[in-house]
Amino acid sequence: MRLEGKVAIVTGASGGIGKGIVLRLAEEGADVVLVDLDQEVAQKTARQVEELGRRSLVLGTNVAAPGQVADMVARVLEWAGHIDILVNNAGVELIRPVFEISEADWDKTIDVNLKGAWLCSQAVARVMAEAKNGGRIISIGSIMSEMPAPGEPHYAASKGGVLMLTKALALDLAPYDINVNAIGPGVIKNGLSSKGCLADPAGAERMRVGIPLRRFGSPRDVGNAVVFLASEEASYVTGVILYVDGGVILASPWS
Amino acid sequence: MRFEGKVALITGAGMGIGRATALLFAREGARVVVADYDAESGEETARLIRDEGRDAKFVRADVSLPTDVQAMVQATLDTHRRIDILHNNAGIDLPQATNVVATEVEDWDRIVAVNLRGVFLCCKYAIPEMIRGGGGVIVNTASIAGLAPMPQEAAYGASKGGLVLLTRQMARDYARHKIRVVNVCPGPMEKPMRHRLETLQADAAAFEKRQSFAERIPLGRMCRPQDIARAVLFLASEDASMITGVDLVVDGGYILG
Repeated sequence: MRLEGKVAIVTGASGGIGKGIVLRLAEEGADVVLVDLDQEVAQKTARQVEELGRRSLVLGTNVAAPGQVADMVARVLEWAGHIDILVNNAGVELIRPVFEISEADWDKTIDVNLKGAWLCSQAVARVMAEAKNGGRIISIGSIMSEMPAPGEPHYAASKGGVLMLTKALALDLAPYDINVNAIGPGVIKNGLSSKGCLADPAGAERMRVGIPLRRFGSPRDVGNAVVFLASEEASYVTGVILYVDGGVILASPWS
Repeated sequence: MRFEGKVALITGAGMGIGRATALLFAREGARVVVADYDAESGEETARLIRDEGRDAKFVRADVSLPTDVQAMVQATLDTHRRIDILHNNAGIDLPQATNVVATEVEDWDRIVAVNLRGVFLCCKYAIPEMIRGGGGVIVNTASIAGLAPMPQEAAYGASKGGLVLLTRQMARDYARHKIRVVNVCPGPMEKPMRHRLETLQADAAAFEKRQSFAERIPLGRMCRPQDIARAVLFLASEDASMITGVDLVVDGGYILG
Protein backbone atom coordinates (compact mmCIF):
# COMPACT_ATOMS: atom_id res chain seq x y z
CA MET A 1 0.00 0.00 0.00
CA ARG A 2 2.06 2.86 -1.32
CA LEU A 3 -0.64 5.56 -1.43
CA GLU A 4 -2.53 5.11 1.81
CA GLY A 5 -4.39 8.25 2.88
CA LYS A 6 -3.91 10.00 -0.46
CA VAL A 7 -6.70 11.58 -2.47
CA ALA A 8 -6.43 11.24 -6.24
CA ILE A 9 -8.43 12.79 -9.07
CA VAL A 10 -8.52 10.86 -12.35
CA THR A 11 -10.07 12.55 -15.37
CA GLY A 12 -11.41 10.47 -18.22
CA ALA A 13 -12.13 7.79 -15.62
CA SER A 14 -14.68 5.95 -17.77
CA GLY A 15 -12.22 5.08 -20.50
CA GLY A 16 -10.26 1.84 -20.52
CA ILE A 17 -6.99 3.42 -19.39
CA GLY A 18 -8.85 5.60 -16.89
CA LYS A 19 -10.36 2.55 -15.26
CA GLY A 20 -6.95 0.86 -15.05
CA ILE A 21 -5.48 3.94 -13.38
CA VAL A 22 -8.36 4.31 -10.93
CA LEU A 23 -8.19 0.69 -9.81
CA ARG A 24 -4.40 0.67 -9.37
CA LEU A 25 -4.56 3.86 -7.28
CA ALA A 26 -7.32 2.37 -5.12
CA GLU A 27 -5.41 -0.91 -4.71
CA GLU A 28 -2.50 1.11 -3.34
CA GLY A 29 -4.73 2.77 -0.77
CA ALA A 30 -5.84 6.03 -2.39
CA ASP A 31 -9.37 7.45 -2.29
CA VAL A 32 -10.31 8.29 -5.85
CA VAL A 33 -12.39 10.95 -7.58
CA LEU A 34 -13.58 9.65 -10.94
CA VAL A 35 -14.19 12.46 -13.41
CA ASP A 36 -15.94 11.78 -16.71
CA LEU A 37 -18.75 13.19 -18.83
CA ASP A 38 -20.00 9.60 -19.06
CA GLN A 39 -20.81 8.97 -15.41
CA GLU A 40 -22.46 5.61 -15.96
CA VAL A 41 -19.24 3.66 -16.59
CA ALA A 42 -17.45 5.66 -13.90
CA GLN A 43 -20.14 4.67 -11.38
CA LYS A 44 -19.42 0.99 -12.00
CA THR A 45 -15.68 1.52 -11.50
CA ALA A 46 -16.44 3.58 -8.38
CA ARG A 47 -18.21 0.57 -6.89
CA GLN A 48 -15.06 -1.47 -7.46
CA VAL A 49 -13.10 1.23 -5.65
CA GLU A 50 -15.47 0.90 -2.68
CA GLU A 51 -15.09 -2.89 -2.77
CA LEU A 52 -11.35 -2.33 -2.35
CA GLY A 53 -12.17 -0.48 0.87
CA ARG A 54 -11.49 3.01 -0.50
CA ARG A 55 -13.79 5.99 -0.89
CA SER A 56 -14.92 7.19 -4.30
CA LEU A 57 -16.67 10.21 -5.78
CA VAL A 58 -17.96 10.48 -9.35
CA LEU A 59 -18.17 13.88 -11.05
CA GLY A 60 -19.37 14.72 -14.56
CA THR A 61 -16.96 17.61 -15.11
CA ASN A 62 -16.09 18.84 -18.60
CA VAL A 63 -12.33 19.35 -18.16
CA ALA A 64 -12.24 21.97 -20.94
CA ALA A 65 -14.71 24.26 -19.14
CA PRO A 66 -12.98 26.45 -16.54
CA GLY A 67 -16.10 26.99 -14.44
CA GLN A 68 -16.76 23.27 -14.23
CA VAL A 69 -13.12 22.57 -13.31
CA ALA A 70 -13.31 25.13 -10.48
CA ASP A 71 -16.50 23.47 -9.29
CA MET A 72 -14.84 20.04 -9.45
CA VAL A 73 -11.96 21.19 -7.24
CA ALA A 74 -14.36 22.79 -4.74
CA ARG A 75 -16.44 19.62 -4.50
CA VAL A 76 -13.38 17.41 -4.03
CA LEU A 77 -12.12 19.66 -1.24
CA GLU A 78 -15.51 19.54 0.42
CA TRP A 79 -15.50 15.76 0.12
CA ALA A 80 -11.92 15.00 1.15
CA GLY A 81 -10.33 18.16 2.52
CA HIS A 82 -7.18 17.79 0.38
CA ILE A 83 -5.89 16.69 -3.02
CA ASP A 84 -2.60 14.82 -3.39
CA ILE A 85 -2.64 13.40 -6.90
CA LEU A 86 -4.09 14.60 -10.20
CA VAL A 87 -4.07 12.32 -13.23
CA ASN A 88 -4.91 14.17 -16.45
CA ASN A 89 -6.17 11.24 -18.48
CA ALA A 90 -9.21 12.64 -20.31
CA GLY A 91 -8.56 12.54 -24.04
CA VAL A 92 -10.13 12.19 -27.45
CA GLU A 93 -8.58 10.76 -30.61
CA LEU A 94 -10.29 11.57 -33.93
CA ILE A 95 -8.45 9.85 -36.79
CA ARG A 96 -9.14 11.41 -40.18
CA PRO A 97 -7.39 11.91 -43.51
CA VAL A 98 -5.53 15.18 -43.30
CA PHE A 99 -7.85 17.21 -45.60
CA GLU A 100 -10.94 16.01 -43.75
CA ILE A 101 -9.96 17.27 -40.33
CA SER A 102 -12.42 20.02 -39.53
CA GLU A 103 -11.93 23.03 -37.33
CA ALA A 104 -14.32 21.38 -34.88
CA ASP A 105 -12.10 18.24 -34.80
CA TRP A 106 -9.06 20.38 -34.11
CA ASP A 107 -10.78 22.40 -31.38
CA LYS A 108 -12.27 19.40 -29.61
CA THR A 109 -8.92 17.56 -29.60
CA ILE A 110 -6.94 20.52 -28.30
CA ASP A 111 -9.67 21.47 -25.82
CA VAL A 112 -9.93 18.10 -24.13
CA ASN A 113 -6.36 16.82 -24.44
CA LEU A 114 -4.36 19.99 -23.86
CA LYS A 115 -6.54 22.76 -22.47
CA GLY A 116 -8.23 20.28 -20.15
CA ALA A 117 -4.88 19.13 -18.76
CA TRP A 118 -3.84 22.76 -18.29
CA LEU A 119 -7.06 23.87 -16.57
CA CYS A 120 -7.12 20.91 -14.20
CA SER A 121 -3.40 21.23 -13.43
CA GLN A 122 -3.62 24.94 -12.67
CA ALA A 123 -6.72 24.61 -10.49
CA VAL A 124 -5.46 21.59 -8.56
CA ALA A 125 -1.88 22.89 -8.22
CA ARG A 126 -3.24 26.09 -6.67
CA VAL A 127 -4.93 24.04 -3.97
CA MET A 128 -1.83 21.87 -3.48
CA ALA A 129 0.41 24.94 -3.18
CA GLU A 130 -1.88 26.55 -0.61
CA ALA A 131 -1.93 23.34 1.43
CA LYS A 132 1.91 23.35 1.46
CA ASN A 133 1.97 19.57 1.43
CA GLY A 134 3.38 18.97 -2.05
CA GLY A 135 1.60 16.93 -4.68
CA ARG A 136 1.84 14.95 -7.87
CA ILE A 137 0.44 15.75 -11.29
CA ILE A 138 0.62 13.03 -13.92
CA SER A 139 -0.60 13.68 -17.43
CA ILE A 140 -1.24 10.97 -19.97
CA GLY A 141 0.67 11.88 -23.10
CA SER A 142 1.29 9.38 -25.86
CA ILE A 143 4.08 7.97 -27.97
CA MET A 144 2.73 10.67 -30.28
CA SER A 145 4.09 13.26 -27.86
CA GLU A 146 7.32 12.72 -29.81
CA MET A 147 6.51 10.45 -32.74
CA PRO A 148 3.85 11.27 -35.34
CA ALA A 149 1.41 8.81 -36.93
CA PRO A 150 -0.66 9.30 -40.06
CA GLY A 151 -4.14 10.80 -39.83
CA GLU A 152 -3.73 12.51 -36.50
CA PRO A 153 -1.84 15.80 -36.73
CA HIS A 154 -4.29 17.41 -34.30
CA TYR A 155 -3.92 14.55 -31.80
CA ALA A 156 -0.12 14.53 -32.15
CA ALA A 157 -0.03 18.30 -31.64
CA SER A 158 -2.18 18.01 -28.52
CA LYS A 159 0.01 15.25 -27.06
CA GLY A 160 3.22 17.07 -27.98
CA GLY A 161 1.68 19.98 -26.13
CA VAL A 162 1.01 17.79 -23.10
CA LEU A 163 4.70 16.85 -22.98
CA MET A 164 5.89 20.45 -23.05
CA LEU A 165 3.18 21.50 -20.60
CA THR A 166 4.49 18.79 -18.29
CA LYS A 167 8.07 20.04 -18.47
CA ALA A 168 7.07 23.69 -18.06
CA LEU A 169 4.78 22.99 -15.10
CA ALA A 170 7.51 20.85 -13.50
CA LEU A 171 9.71 23.96 -13.42
CA ASP A 172 7.00 26.29 -12.17
CA LEU A 173 5.64 23.95 -9.53
CA ALA A 174 8.90 22.52 -8.15
CA PRO A 175 9.13 25.32 -5.54
CA TYR A 176 5.84 24.02 -4.15
CA ASP A 177 7.13 20.45 -4.03
CA ILE A 178 4.68 19.44 -6.74
CA ASN A 179 6.19 16.92 -9.15
CA VAL A 180 4.78 16.98 -12.66
CA ASN A 181 5.35 14.07 -15.04
CA ALA A 182 3.80 12.43 -18.07
CA ILE A 183 3.28 8.87 -19.21
CA GLY A 184 3.47 7.98 -22.88
CA PRO A 185 1.33 4.92 -23.54
CA GLY A 186 1.92 3.07 -26.77
CA VAL A 187 -0.81 0.92 -28.25
CA ILE A 188 -3.07 0.00 -25.34
CA LYS A 189 -5.75 -2.65 -25.72
CA ASN A 190 -9.07 -1.31 -24.39
CA GLY A 191 -7.78 2.22 -24.69
CA LEU A 192 -8.81 4.74 -27.35
CA SER A 193 -6.98 2.57 -29.88
CA SER A 194 -9.54 -0.23 -29.68
CA LYS A 195 -11.98 1.87 -31.66
CA GLY A 196 -9.21 3.37 -33.77
CA CYS A 197 -6.13 1.58 -35.04
CA LEU A 198 -7.05 -1.79 -33.47
CA ALA A 199 -10.56 -1.96 -34.94
CA ASP A 200 -9.38 -3.98 -37.94
CA PRO A 201 -7.99 -7.39 -36.84
CA ALA A 202 -5.45 -7.69 -39.67
CA GLY A 203 -4.19 -4.18 -39.02
CA ALA A 204 -4.03 -4.89 -35.32
CA GLU A 205 -1.90 -7.99 -35.89
CA ARG A 206 0.48 -6.04 -38.13
CA MET A 207 0.74 -3.50 -35.38
CA ARG A 208 1.36 -6.11 -32.68
CA VAL A 209 4.32 -7.66 -34.46
CA GLY A 210 5.72 -4.18 -34.95
CA ILE A 211 5.93 -3.70 -31.17
CA PRO A 212 9.35 -4.88 -30.00
CA LEU A 213 7.90 -6.64 -26.91
CA ARG A 214 5.26 -8.25 -29.22
CA ARG A 215 2.23 -7.35 -27.16
CA PHE A 216 -0.22 -4.50 -26.67
CA GLY A 217 -0.17 -2.64 -23.41
CA SER A 218 -2.97 -2.91 -20.89
CA PRO A 219 -4.65 -0.20 -18.83
CA ARG A 220 -3.00 -1.85 -15.84
CA ASP A 221 0.47 -1.26 -17.35
CA VAL A 222 -0.34 2.45 -17.46
CA GLY A 223 -1.81 2.30 -13.94
CA ASN A 224 1.42 0.75 -12.63
CA ALA A 225 3.42 3.64 -14.05
CA VAL A 226 0.99 6.14 -12.53
CA VAL A 227 1.39 4.48 -9.12
CA PHE A 228 5.19 4.70 -9.40
CA LEU A 229 5.11 8.40 -10.32
CA ALA A 230 2.54 9.13 -7.59
CA SER A 231 4.49 7.30 -4.89
CA GLU A 232 7.34 8.24 -2.58
CA GLU A 233 9.62 6.15 -4.82
CA ALA A 234 9.51 8.91 -7.46
CA SER A 235 9.94 11.90 -5.14
CA TYR A 236 13.01 13.09 -7.12
CA VAL A 237 11.46 12.51 -10.55
CA THR A 238 9.93 15.57 -12.21
CA GLY A 239 9.49 16.86 -15.75
CA VAL A 240 9.85 13.49 -17.46
CA ILE A 241 7.74 11.42 -19.80
CA LEU A 242 7.79 7.71 -19.09
CA TYR A 243 6.94 5.66 -22.15
CA VAL A 244 4.90 2.53 -21.52
CA ASP A 245 4.96 1.30 -25.06
CA GLY A 246 6.78 -2.02 -25.34
CA GLY A 247 9.50 -0.21 -27.26
CA VAL A 248 7.27 1.11 -30.07
CA ILE A 249 9.05 4.42 -30.10
CA LEU A 250 12.33 2.59 -30.80
CA ALA A 251 10.93 0.91 -33.87
CA SER A 252 8.07 2.77 -35.44
CA PRO A 253 5.41 0.26 -36.52
CA TRP A 254 3.65 2.86 -38.61
CA SER A 255 6.39 2.80 -41.18
CA MET B 1 8.67 -8.71 -2.01
CA ARG B 2 8.81 -7.91 -5.68
CA PHE B 3 11.95 -9.91 -6.48
CA GLU B 4 11.49 -13.15 -4.59
CA GLY B 5 13.50 -15.87 -6.31
CA LYS B 6 15.19 -13.46 -8.73
CA VAL B 7 18.94 -13.22 -9.20
CA ALA B 8 20.33 -9.69 -9.54
CA LEU B 9 23.88 -8.99 -10.68
CA ILE B 10 24.95 -5.44 -9.87
CA THR B 11 28.23 -3.90 -11.00
CA GLY B 12 29.84 -0.99 -9.19
CA ALA B 13 27.96 -2.15 -6.11
CA GLY B 14 30.69 -1.21 -3.65
CA MET B 15 29.35 2.25 -3.00
CA GLY B 16 26.83 4.94 -3.88
CA ILE B 17 24.03 4.02 -6.27
CA GLY B 18 25.20 0.42 -6.69
CA ARG B 19 25.27 -0.25 -2.96
CA ALA B 20 21.84 1.38 -2.43
CA THR B 21 20.39 -0.67 -5.27
CA ALA B 22 21.95 -3.91 -4.03
CA LEU B 23 20.48 -3.38 -0.56
CA LEU B 24 17.01 -2.61 -1.94
CA PHE B 25 16.99 -5.62 -4.27
CA ALA B 26 18.00 -7.85 -1.38
CA ARG B 27 15.28 -6.42 0.88
CA GLU B 28 12.73 -7.20 -1.83
CA GLY B 29 13.78 -10.82 -1.94
CA ALA B 30 16.42 -10.97 -4.68
CA ARG B 31 19.59 -12.99 -4.39
CA VAL B 32 22.25 -10.40 -5.10
CA VAL B 33 25.66 -10.72 -6.70
CA VAL B 34 27.70 -7.67 -5.75
CA ALA B 35 30.40 -6.86 -8.30
CA ASP B 36 33.06 -4.18 -7.92
CA TYR B 37 36.68 -3.72 -8.86
CA ASP B 38 37.37 -2.63 -5.29
CA ALA B 39 37.22 -5.73 -3.10
CA GLU B 40 37.02 -3.91 0.21
CA SER B 41 33.91 -1.83 -0.54
CA GLY B 42 32.28 -4.67 -2.49
CA GLU B 43 32.75 -7.13 0.37
CA GLU B 44 31.32 -4.50 2.69
CA THR B 45 28.13 -4.19 0.61
CA ALA B 46 27.72 -7.97 0.60
CA ARG B 47 28.25 -8.04 4.36
CA LEU B 48 25.65 -5.29 4.90
CA ILE B 49 23.14 -7.38 2.96
CA ARG B 50 23.96 -10.57 4.85
CA ASP B 51 23.68 -8.65 8.15
CA GLU B 52 20.04 -8.04 7.21
CA GLY B 53 19.58 -11.77 6.81
CA ARG B 54 19.55 -11.64 3.01
CA ASP B 55 21.51 -13.40 0.31
CA ALA B 56 24.59 -11.74 -1.21
CA LYS B 57 27.87 -12.77 -2.73
CA PHE B 58 30.78 -10.57 -3.76
CA VAL B 59 32.66 -11.00 -7.03
CA ARG B 60 35.66 -8.84 -7.88
CA ALA B 61 35.58 -7.65 -11.47
CA ASP B 62 36.94 -4.88 -13.64
CA VAL B 63 34.10 -4.57 -16.15
CA SER B 64 36.42 -3.28 -18.86
CA LEU B 65 38.16 -6.68 -19.04
CA PRO B 66 36.45 -9.51 -20.96
CA THR B 67 38.08 -12.18 -18.81
CA ASP B 68 36.88 -10.52 -15.59
CA VAL B 69 33.36 -10.13 -16.95
CA GLN B 70 33.20 -13.74 -18.14
CA ALA B 71 34.41 -14.90 -14.74
CA MET B 72 31.83 -12.68 -13.02
CA VAL B 73 28.98 -14.10 -15.10
CA GLN B 74 30.27 -17.64 -14.52
CA ALA B 75 30.50 -17.05 -10.77
CA THR B 76 26.88 -15.89 -10.78
CA LEU B 77 25.81 -18.99 -12.68
CA ASP B 78 27.86 -21.29 -10.45
CA THR B 79 25.97 -20.03 -7.41
CA HIS B 80 22.50 -19.29 -8.75
CA ARG B 81 22.22 -21.05 -12.14
CA ARG B 82 20.60 -17.96 -13.69
CA ILE B 83 20.64 -14.16 -14.13
CA ASP B 84 17.29 -12.33 -14.06
CA ILE B 85 18.46 -8.78 -13.54
CA LEU B 86 21.67 -7.09 -14.63
CA HIS B 87 22.24 -3.62 -13.24
CA ASN B 88 25.17 -2.10 -15.13
CA ASN B 89 26.11 0.57 -12.68
CA ALA B 90 29.92 0.53 -12.68
CA GLY B 91 31.19 3.84 -13.95
CA ILE B 92 34.05 6.24 -13.48
CA ASP B 93 34.60 9.93 -13.88
CA LEU B 94 37.81 11.92 -14.19
CA PRO B 95 39.20 13.59 -11.06
CA GLN B 96 38.05 16.93 -12.46
CA ALA B 97 35.80 18.25 -15.20
CA THR B 98 37.83 18.36 -18.41
CA ASN B 99 37.26 19.54 -21.97
CA VAL B 100 38.46 17.66 -25.05
CA VAL B 101 41.80 19.48 -25.44
CA ALA B 102 42.76 18.95 -21.81
CA THR B 103 41.66 15.31 -21.72
CA GLU B 104 44.61 12.90 -21.63
CA VAL B 105 44.29 10.16 -24.24
CA GLU B 106 44.71 7.49 -21.55
CA ASP B 107 41.93 9.07 -19.50
CA TRP B 108 39.58 9.09 -22.50
CA ASP B 109 40.32 5.44 -23.15
CA ARG B 110 39.84 4.45 -19.54
CA ILE B 111 36.47 6.24 -19.19
CA VAL B 112 35.11 4.77 -22.38
CA ALA B 113 36.49 1.37 -21.41
CA VAL B 114 34.62 1.28 -18.11
CA ASN B 115 31.45 3.27 -18.85
CA LEU B 116 30.70 2.02 -22.36
CA ARG B 117 32.80 -1.03 -23.20
CA GLY B 118 32.09 -2.33 -19.69
CA VAL B 119 28.35 -2.33 -20.31
CA PHE B 120 28.87 -3.89 -23.73
CA LEU B 121 30.92 -6.70 -22.20
CA CYS B 122 28.54 -7.39 -19.31
CA CYS B 123 25.61 -7.54 -21.72
CA LYS B 124 27.53 -9.64 -24.24
CA TYR B 125 28.12 -12.35 -21.66
CA ALA B 126 24.94 -12.04 -19.57
CA ILE B 127 22.33 -11.83 -22.35
CA PRO B 128 22.81 -15.44 -23.58
CA GLU B 129 22.13 -16.60 -20.00
CA MET B 130 19.00 -14.43 -19.81
CA ILE B 131 17.79 -15.86 -23.11
CA ARG B 132 18.38 -19.36 -21.75
CA GLY B 133 16.39 -18.41 -18.63
CA GLY B 134 13.44 -17.10 -20.66
CA GLY B 135 14.07 -13.38 -20.34
CA GLY B 136 15.38 -10.69 -18.05
CA VAL B 137 15.86 -7.02 -17.36
CA ILE B 138 18.96 -4.88 -17.87
CA VAL B 139 19.02 -1.51 -16.11
CA ASN B 140 21.94 0.73 -16.98
CA THR B 141 23.07 3.71 -14.97
CA ALA B 142 23.50 6.32 -17.67
CA SER B 143 23.43 10.02 -16.78
CA ILE B 144 21.80 13.29 -17.77
CA ALA B 145 25.29 13.95 -19.16
CA GLY B 146 24.41 11.31 -21.77
CA LEU B 147 21.35 13.29 -22.86
CA ALA B 148 22.70 16.84 -22.87
CA PRO B 149 26.18 18.34 -22.58
CA MET B 150 27.34 19.27 -19.09
CA PRO B 151 30.21 21.74 -18.70
CA GLN B 152 33.62 20.18 -19.38
CA GLU B 153 32.53 16.55 -19.25
CA ALA B 154 33.81 15.53 -22.67
CA ALA B 155 34.84 11.94 -22.07
CA TYR B 156 32.22 11.19 -19.46
CA GLY B 157 29.40 12.73 -21.52
CA ALA B 158 30.46 10.88 -24.65
CA SER B 159 30.66 7.57 -22.80
CA LYS B 160 27.18 8.04 -21.33
CA GLY B 161 25.77 9.28 -24.63
CA GLY B 162 27.08 6.11 -26.21
CA LEU B 163 25.47 4.09 -23.46
CA VAL B 164 22.10 5.75 -24.05
CA LEU B 165 22.09 4.56 -27.65
CA LEU B 166 23.55 1.16 -26.81
CA THR B 167 20.61 0.67 -24.45
CA ARG B 168 18.04 1.54 -27.11
CA GLN B 169 19.84 -0.72 -29.55
CA MET B 170 19.75 -3.68 -27.18
CA ALA B 171 16.15 -2.93 -26.21
CA ARG B 172 15.20 -3.24 -29.84
CA ASP B 173 17.31 -6.31 -30.57
CA TYR B 174 16.41 -8.40 -27.51
CA ALA B 175 12.74 -7.50 -26.94
CA ARG B 176 11.78 -10.65 -28.85
CA HIS B 177 13.70 -12.66 -26.24
CA LYS B 178 11.70 -10.99 -23.47
CA ILE B 179 14.67 -8.96 -22.33
CA ARG B 180 13.93 -5.37 -21.42
CA VAL B 181 16.79 -2.88 -21.47
CA VAL B 182 16.42 0.57 -19.89
CA ASN B 183 18.45 3.50 -18.61
CA VAL B 184 18.16 5.42 -15.42
CA CYS B 185 19.72 8.88 -15.77
CA PRO B 186 20.79 10.50 -12.51
CA GLY B 187 21.41 14.21 -12.20
CA PRO B 188 24.27 15.68 -10.12
CA MET B 189 24.80 13.50 -7.06
CA GLU B 190 25.14 14.88 -3.53
CA LYS B 191 28.23 12.74 -3.14
CA PRO B 192 30.42 12.67 -6.27
CA MET B 193 32.03 9.50 -7.60
CA ARG B 194 35.20 8.04 -6.17
CA HIS B 195 37.87 9.90 -8.17
CA ARG B 196 36.07 13.23 -8.31
CA LEU B 197 35.40 13.02 -4.58
CA GLU B 198 39.09 12.63 -3.79
CA THR B 199 39.92 15.79 -5.75
CA LEU B 200 37.09 17.77 -4.21
CA GLN B 201 37.96 16.69 -0.70
CA ALA B 202 41.39 18.27 -1.21
CA ASP B 203 39.87 21.55 -2.42
CA ALA B 204 37.22 23.02 -0.13
CA ALA B 205 36.37 25.94 -2.44
CA ALA B 206 35.76 23.64 -5.39
CA PHE B 207 33.68 21.34 -3.21
CA GLU B 208 31.52 24.24 -2.06
CA LYS B 209 31.06 25.46 -5.60
CA ARG B 210 29.92 22.02 -6.65
CA GLN B 211 27.45 21.75 -3.79
CA SER B 212 25.92 25.07 -4.87
CA PHE B 213 24.49 23.07 -7.81
CA ALA B 214 21.63 22.31 -5.45
CA GLU B 215 20.29 25.84 -5.85
CA ARG B 216 19.98 25.30 -9.59
CA ILE B 217 17.93 22.15 -9.22
CA PRO B 218 14.18 22.83 -9.31
CA LEU B 219 13.42 20.41 -6.47
CA GLY B 220 16.07 22.13 -4.38
CA ARG B 221 18.52 19.36 -3.62
CA MET B 222 21.01 17.10 -5.34
CA CYS B 223 20.43 13.45 -6.16
CA ARG B 224 20.86 10.71 -3.55
CA PRO B 225 21.62 7.03 -4.22
CA GLN B 226 18.22 6.06 -2.83
CA ASP B 227 16.47 8.18 -5.50
CA ILE B 228 18.14 6.14 -8.22
CA ALA B 229 17.82 2.81 -6.46
CA ARG B 230 14.05 3.15 -6.18
CA ALA B 231 13.77 3.98 -9.88
CA VAL B 232 15.97 0.99 -10.75
CA LEU B 233 13.73 -1.33 -8.73
CA PHE B 234 10.59 -0.03 -10.42
CA LEU B 235 12.13 -0.47 -13.87
CA ALA B 236 13.29 -3.99 -13.03
CA SER B 237 9.92 -5.00 -11.58
CA GLU B 238 6.90 -6.64 -13.16
CA ASP B 239 5.12 -3.26 -12.86
CA ALA B 240 7.34 -2.04 -15.70
CA SER B 241 6.86 -5.10 -17.91
CA MET B 242 5.72 -2.94 -20.85
CA ILE B 243 8.61 -0.47 -20.48
CA THR B 244 11.74 -0.91 -22.56
CA GLY B 245 14.32 1.31 -24.21
CA VAL B 246 13.50 4.33 -22.05
CA ASP B 247 15.76 6.86 -20.35
CA LEU B 248 14.20 7.53 -16.96
CA VAL B 249 15.64 10.84 -15.81
CA VAL B 250 15.86 11.16 -12.02
CA ASP B 251 17.30 14.62 -11.49
CA GLY B 252 14.84 16.80 -9.61
CA GLY B 253 14.18 18.67 -12.84
CA TYR B 254 17.80 19.80 -13.38
CA ILE B 255 17.83 19.03 -17.11
CA LEU B 256 14.69 21.12 -17.73
CA GLY B 257 16.59 24.34 -17.50
